[in-house]
Amino acid sequence: MTTTTLAALVPLLPFLGAAAGLLLGRTAPGFVRPLAVLPTLASLVLAVLVAAHQGGGRAVDAATELTPTGSVPIELALHIDGFAALVAVLVGVVATCVQIYSTGYLRDDPRYPSYAALVSLFTSAMLLVVYSGDLIVLLVGWEIMGICSYFLVGHYWETPEARAASIKAFLVTKLGDVPFLIGLFALAADTGSFRITKVLGAVANGGLHHPTVIALLLLAGVAGKSAQFPLHTWLPDAMAGPTPVSALIHAATMVAAGVYFVARLLPVFQASTAAMVVLAVMAAVTMTGSALAALAQDDIKRVLAYSTIGQLGYMTGALAVGDRGAAVFHLLSHGAFKALLFLAAGVIIHAAGTNSLAAMSRMADLRDRVPDAYWTMTVALLALAAIPPFSGFFSKESVLGAAEHVATGHTDHAPGSAGWIVLVAGLVTAVLTAAYAMRLWLLAFRGRGAKAPDHGRQPLVMNAVLWVLAVPSLAFGGLAFRVLPDWFDGRDLTPTLTTSVLGTGLALVGGIVTYGAWRHTGALAARVPLGAVAAHPEADAGLVEAEAIASHRPAYGDIAYATDPADPGRLLLGPLHRHAATGFHLDTVYAALFVRPVMAGASLVRFLDREVVETYVRGAGAVPRLLGAAVRRAQTGNVQTYVSALLAGTVVLAVAAVLLATGA
Amino acid sequence: MHLAYPAVLSTLLFCTGLYGVLARRNAILVLMSVELMLNAVNLNLVAFDVWLSKAARDTLHSGQALTLFTITIAAAEIGIGLAIVLAVYRNRGTSDIDRLRDAAEGPDDDSGPGHDSDAAAAAQAAEKTEATA
Repeated sequence: MTTTTLAALVPLLPFLGAAAGLLLGRTAPGFVRPLAVLPTLASLVLAVLVAAHQGGGRAVDAATELTPTGSVPIELALHIDGFAALVAVLVGVVATCVQIYSTGYLRDDPRYPSYAALVSLFTSAMLLVVYSGDLIVLLVGWEIMGICSYFLVGHYWETPEARAASIKAFLVTKLGDVPFLIGLFALAADTGSFRITKVLGAVANGGLHHPTVIALLLLAGVAGKSAQFPLHTWLPDAMAGPTPVSALIHAATMVAAGVYFVARLLPVFQASTAAMVVLAVMAAVTMTGSALAALAQDDIKRVLAYSTIGQLGYMTGALAVGDRGAAVFHLLSHGAFKALLFLAAGVIIHAAGTNSLAAMSRMADLRDRVPDAYWTMTVALLALAAIPPFSGFFSKESVLGAAEHVATGHTDHAPGSAGWIVLVAGLVTAVLTAAYAMRLWLLAFRGRGAKAPDHGRQPLVMNAVLWVLAVPSLAFGGLAFRVLPDWFDGRDLTPTLTTSVLGTGLALVGGIVTYGAWRHTGALAARVPLGAVAAHPEADAGLVEAEAIASHRPAYGDIAYATDPADPGRLLLGPLHRHAATGFHLDTVYAALFVRPVMAGASLVRFLDREVVETYVRGAGAVPRLLGAAVRRAQTGNVQTYVSALLAGTVVLAVAAVLLATGA
Repeated sequence: MHLAYPAVLSTLLFCTGLYGVLARRNAILVLMSVELMLNAVNLNLVAFDVWLSKAARDTLHSGQALTLFTITIAAAEIGIGLAIVLAVYRNRGTSDIDRLRDAAEGPDDDSGPGHDSDAAAAAQAAEKTEATA
């Protein structure tokens, strides 16, 4: 088979799996698990084959036009370069891991068939985005991912949190997608094609007339999908979905789609200096703000969600300094270790029966209950904090190195101010990242107090997947940074000495300070007993998690926040803690700016409909009713009256006919 | 005989019948007036048939044939009509057309069909009891 055929099969197989899963889910429950896992696994194998065929050499391009579509043609096109091939492998790996993990995690869930089918559909859409060489086809995958995310976040729709979160995720990403669509049209209008190769060719020849407008419009969509400030607020709330969904969609793949899109069309963005600076500022605000917020969260998954936002900030930062190799390198390593973090968090939530770090910090021996999750999560947190030699170190250093390169003015493909913004924000975030990684680890695994409840052994599939993902978290960065430049633009990804020493040093400082704060506050823990544990030793992990999320607000008063004086984050952030826990009140601002005006507009429309429009409608009914009442008076019931009227009418008609006939 | 005589006679008969239909209160008399009108028509048909056949323009005597039809139908009509009047009389104890006003709409009857039929049924029941008493 040719590479093109293989590549076309990669998104197609999970799609067929999803269709079959949705059709057979009720009638043949025995087939649901194979239908969920096997197509994804097969497409992973095919993606690996495609990557091997492509081998980082010339991009594979193929296109077919199904039907003429007017002025700008829309083609089913493939454009597989090194970026696409490797990102597809990452998507395949994470999707396969998540599907296998879900068979254990949601083993008793009544809605598992539709869940698995939606995950397959989502995987297929993401692979379509990755491979597509046509921007409209890419948009199709992009929007399918959006709707799958909506359904999967709302998987536990019995809980109000999940319902609200799914609607919020959908609306906020759509808010970005509308400008994104307009931006795509503007781009096609300028360059005359939706094909990525032709667009890039036109940009290289200076065919882009409105680069800033187009780049900013496209950035809105990217900010929505990749959860960048100011459209990131949906991602922490989306943690109300099942943990495997968070791992797949909200850590490794969908949120990376925006970064990947910018990486593909980077020359379009580079054509506008303003867009690059906006991208840099967006990245800087996103990474520092989200790292501060992550330090204050109580829900273990919300910590990871804010951490995802921050790491995506690193990727957009790398793009802002014009180094897409570093961005996609960080995307790949982050995809592996963040998926691992989420999946391990799922195991921990199951074992502890709660998603609250405050409650976990009052459980002794939690790490002995889940040794696999303990070790793999330690690896992943070290990778997150960018400690050498874990994979996160190499990818993050490549980002910081690129920023330093631009800041010191060695290149002219990105503005120097963008370099400084990204570099400073990146270094500040390195401290904070290490701090919240340390806090998460200490609170989850070094708890003191009563023994953790016994929830039995974790399913084997769940633990096995953790170790599979631990391998790339540990070794991918170190092995890949020499090889990857051949696949990417050829720019060197080796860590530079200055940023490595600075970054690692700052990370160590962050970790040690957090440890000190934890030692200091640890004594307070015993005095304030806390803990809402949804103990269901027999239930599957999904049910435990759903109850844990639903009980967080009644137990602690807020979904993200717990009044726990023993929290080292509280000591470190000081008065900032209260604001960081709520994501710096951005939701309140949005509520005041958008939600309330929309609500007011809706009630105005309701008033107009009920009181104004309906008055006219009622008036339209009342006039015929009055006429009808008048006519009814003639209906006396006396037949003779009727006949008299009939006679009179006949006479009138006859006279008229005679007059007409005689022409008088 | 000149055509004018039967034509005038039939007009007088028709007008008498019309007056009876419009003005009489007894249902049987109304039916009899209808018969008068029909017979006026019959007379007209026969007279004009004769007049036309004299002019030798019509040899089929369709007027006479149509008269036979009318007579048959009038017989059937009066049979059914009298049967209905008899049934109404047995039910209501009267055959006065002015009192048979079940098809009337009340002047301020605005409240929909349900109420309407209820009121009619109540009125009918009242009349029935009146009849049997």
